[in-house]
Amino acid sequence: MTIKKTINRRRFISMTLALSAIAIAAPVHAEAVDFSKKTIEFVVPFGVGGGSDTWARFNAPYLAKYLPGKPNVVVKNVPGGGSITGANQFASRAKSDGLSLLGTSASTQFPYLLGDGRVRFEYKDWQVVLAAPTGGVVYINSNLGAKSLAELGKLKGQRLVYGSQGSTTLDLVPLLAFRLLGLDVNHVFGMKSRGEGRLAFERGEANIDFQTTSAYLKSSMGMVEEGKAIPLFTMGMLDDAGNLVRDPNFPDLPHVSEAIEIVSGKRPEGVEWEAFKAFLIAGFPAQKLMVLPKSTPAPVVEAYRAAVRQMRDDPEYKAGKDEALGGYEQVTDSAGEALFAAGTTIDPKARDWVRALLEKDYNTRF
Amino acid sequence: MLEAMQGAFIGLLSFEHFAYMLLGIVVGLGVGILPGLGGIAGMSLLMPFIYGMDPVSALAMLVGMVAVIPTGDTFTSVLMGIPGSSASQATVLDGFPLAKKGQAARALSAAFSASLLGGVFGAVMLTGFVVVAKPLILSFTTAELFMFALLGLSVVGVLAGESIMRGVIACGLGLMVGAIGAAPATGESRFDLGLEYLQDGIPLVIVGLGLFAIPEIAELIRRSRPISSGGGLGSGWLQGVMDTMKNWFLVLRCSALGTFIGAIPGLGGGVVDWIAYGHAVQTSKDPSGFGKGEIRGVIAPESANNALQGGALMPTLLFGIPGSGSMAVFLGGMVLLGMQPGPSMVTSDLTLTYTIAWTLAFSSIIGAVICFFLAVPIARLTFVPFNLIAPFMIMVICFAAFQARQDLTDLLVLFAVGVVGIFLRRFGWPRPAFLIGFVLSGQVENYLYQALQFYGWSFVQRPGVLIIGALAIVSTLMALRSRVSEEGSVAKEARGETLQKPALGGESKAERRPQLVFAGLLLLTFIYGVSSSAPLSFLGSVFPFYTSVLMVGFSAYIVMMLAVAKPGHSAHFDQELAARVQGAHDGTSIWPSVGWFVMLFGLTAVVGFIIAVSVFITTFLLARTTLGTVRSLIYMALCITFMCTLGHFLTLDFPGGVLQHYVELPWPLK
Repeated sequence: MTIKKTINRRRFISMTLALSAIAIAAPVHAEAVDFSKKTIEFVVPFGVGGGSDTWARFNAPYLAKYLPGKPNVVVKNVPGGGSITGANQFASRAKSDGLSLLGTSASTQFPYLLGDGRVRFEYKDWQVVLAAPTGGVVYINSNLGAKSLAELGKLKGQRLVYGSQGSTTLDLVPLLAFRLLGLDVNHVFGMKSRGEGRLAFERGEANIDFQTTSAYLKSSMGMVEEGKAIPLFTMGMLDDAGNLVRDPNFPDLPHVSEAIEIVSGKRPEGVEWEAFKAFLIAGFPAQKLMVLPKSTPAPVVEAYRAAVRQMRDDPEYKAGKDEALGGYEQVTDSAGEALFAAGTTIDPKARDWVRALLEKDYNTRF
Repeated sequence: MLEAMQGAFIGLLSFEHFAYMLLGIVVGLGVGILPGLGGIAGMSLLMPFIYGMDPVSALAMLVGMVAVIPTGDTFTSVLMGIPGSSASQATVLDGFPLAKKGQAARALSAAFSASLLGGVFGAVMLTGFVVVAKPLILSFTTAELFMFALLGLSVVGVLAGESIMRGVIACGLGLMVGAIGAAPATGESRFDLGLEYLQDGIPLVIVGLGLFAIPEIAELIRRSRPISSGGGLGSGWLQGVMDTMKNWFLVLRCSALGTFIGAIPGLGGGVVDWIAYGHAVQTSKDPSGFGKGEIRGVIAPESANNALQGGALMPTLLFGIPGSGSMAVFLGGMVLLGMQPGPSMVTSDLTLTYTIAWTLAFSSIIGAVICFFLAVPIARLTFVPFNLIAPFMIMVICFAAFQARQDLTDLLVLFAVGVVGIFLRRFGWPRPAFLIGFVLSGQVENYLYQALQFYGWSFVQRPGVLIIGALAIVSTLMALRSRVSEEGSVAKEARGETLQKPALGGESKAERRPQLVFAGLLLLTFIYGVSSSAPLSFLGSVFPFYTSVLMVGFSAYIVMMLAVAKPGHSAHFDQELAARVQGAHDGTSIWPSVGWFVMLFGLTAVVGFIIAVSVFITTFLLARTTLGTVRSLIYMALCITFMCTLGHFLTLDFPGGVLQHYVELPWPLK
């Protein structure tokens, strides 16, 4: 018994040494990784044509171009269970040879953070190659009478309606934000996409709406310019130190934390704010994550990250990025790890608080 | 605007653009012909190639593909009674009887010319209205969408057959099966039997294949004869075109219907063919031929399903909201090409919009012309003993079903729905009614809930709601006047005419037992629906609960009538029994053919799909045909090559079995 333990410990120490040696030597050995004539499967747990699929398909050719040996990178769609099925499958099957890669999105991270029973994957078993942020804007119908966030008091007593995709989808973030702002909003669920929510707004059925940046710029800006809609605040962006800052696409709009401060007069804090922040980060600054199994050797991970760095500087990539990715910089290395950690971690107390809230006020069943 | 049109037209004529459009058309026809594969599979095939392509050429390729799927899918619908894609299920009803009568040529040429006209009509509407369509589209709110879903359900009356009650129950069963999975209002899971698979609901493609393809294939294997009993394809090529021309007003109405349904986001094109079919029956002076091989029953759905695409492009381009399933994928393709659909599609990007419209029109024409040329060689398949075609068809159908979720459960559910389909067919429960209920279930529930949330009950006073409501009532009344049975007889009694009823049998209790047992099982299903939805939250349960309660009542009535009523009552029907009484029964049973499916699915669960299919095809050919060992093996090898090529381009792993669980095998076996 004791002998076995000693051996184990000895082996453990030597393994740790070996691993750290690899880690230190990584930049030097990066060329040693060679994917030539290999096929990398980029698993997307969504159907063809959706936002995450488009993001993956946009990135795939550049990964192929900059990974050592110019491998063939194919996108493999494994839809089902709102991305849980594909992520579970990746968790049970993916090998650590760098030939299988997973792209997750807020729809994968939210059930994980909420403790959904169908989730059999663990973000702590994965490591991040790339984190893709996005932002978004909340706006209201101008006939409500408020001209800006400062006049939010005018909304009191009016019936606010939001077309939502469901209480556990990305729309959870606006839902929590409205509560923090003291807005009493009726959520009408069952919208198939944010686009349908916007359609309900345009038809006048809903009077408060939220769109991610690229959709806002393309389809909602027109309503703002015509004076039909008033933008209130953005979901903000994280700086390198992890602080919430204004979205560079909308420097004139306050971010959500500022908005709460303007309305309530004090900096937001407490369990409600902590819970909101976890979902805010998972939903926006870390909305899409490209991950490899944790056991993937460091040189392979470094090869991926190097490819991401090179890809970001590719002029063609830069040119196409605005349309396909909403204009935000793709993040890797330590900044990516910080986003990854923040976007996949939640205080158990905050989780319980959100679950209780959704069950009590929004009929959600877990 | 004229400038934009001109620019689009000139751009389209460039060689490269045209070549890619042709490529798209070829892929579209291919996936259209293969049963179960439609726009989504086609888009998935093309998506990996479009990145980095010249955007206009890529767009031409995608539009060309989408445009011709409802043209190509007619082949299997008419020739084999198996819907080539969900867009041409209604075509089967009259197209297949025409083919059996030896009038395949007439049916096909009528279908292709109707498709051509419908497609061009949709493109013209897109060109003409896209600039002004926005306020019109926005005027349809959730309240009107709910009423449209009800209007869609009213078509069930037309398809109810001999017993209106059976039609309503079949539709109710569809509504219930459609409610499987997450409730739109609360997200809670319903009727999932504890299976994770069912939490997403059953995919439409599996329901379509299970209801129509499996019973038909099983029946064809059982008879083991060529499909066509006639001597040739018939010289009806010209006649088919003439048929379409003669019914130009029907083509126009159905095209307008298709465009309209496509243009309203959220209605979806799932049942456009049935609605067009129902419309043709309702407006026909003498509907007695429908279901037996009435050419108008082919023309109506085929013009509507092609026109749908032009309409569906309007919300896709204007709002970025897909007007149909394949449009959702098309939308992703556009983003990948660096185009975000939105209001700019009718301002700064108007040329692009017209390019799409022109491509749609050209593709519809070219697609139909190619189909005319393909028709003769493909139609010859109906003279080949069906057993030679069966293994390939079964393989493709399994592949299409599996493509839905990439889960072995896909195949099990396909089989389960298939068995239900066989019984529905045998006991005269209209499968189209089931399908319509299934497709509209989510819309009825979701839009009612949303309309109530947005407007409260006062939504019923909206003028749009009142108008559509009146249409639904008129449609129901007309439907009762002109019911069509799947088996081909029209309920003339409804109009006071007397009809010589064929002998159906069922004098003794023992003879009636099979239909009684099946009706009893349906009753139990609805009782399960009541008990299983009762404990859910109010918003999650209200729709399935009341639907089930109603259906328990109706099916209890049928069970009672089967038990006590005299033979000849409209509740009674058993195809097998009727055939035996009329002396038309050849003594075979359908279950050996079903056994082949069991063999394939069972083998797949053990050794995985590819190995199972190779064994299945070889065994089937050796047992049921005279090909001999060598030719059977060649046939099998060709099939596997075909499957692997398709799987490769779709980046698909085939379903694995127990073997794959223990042993690591290379693709495609893994």
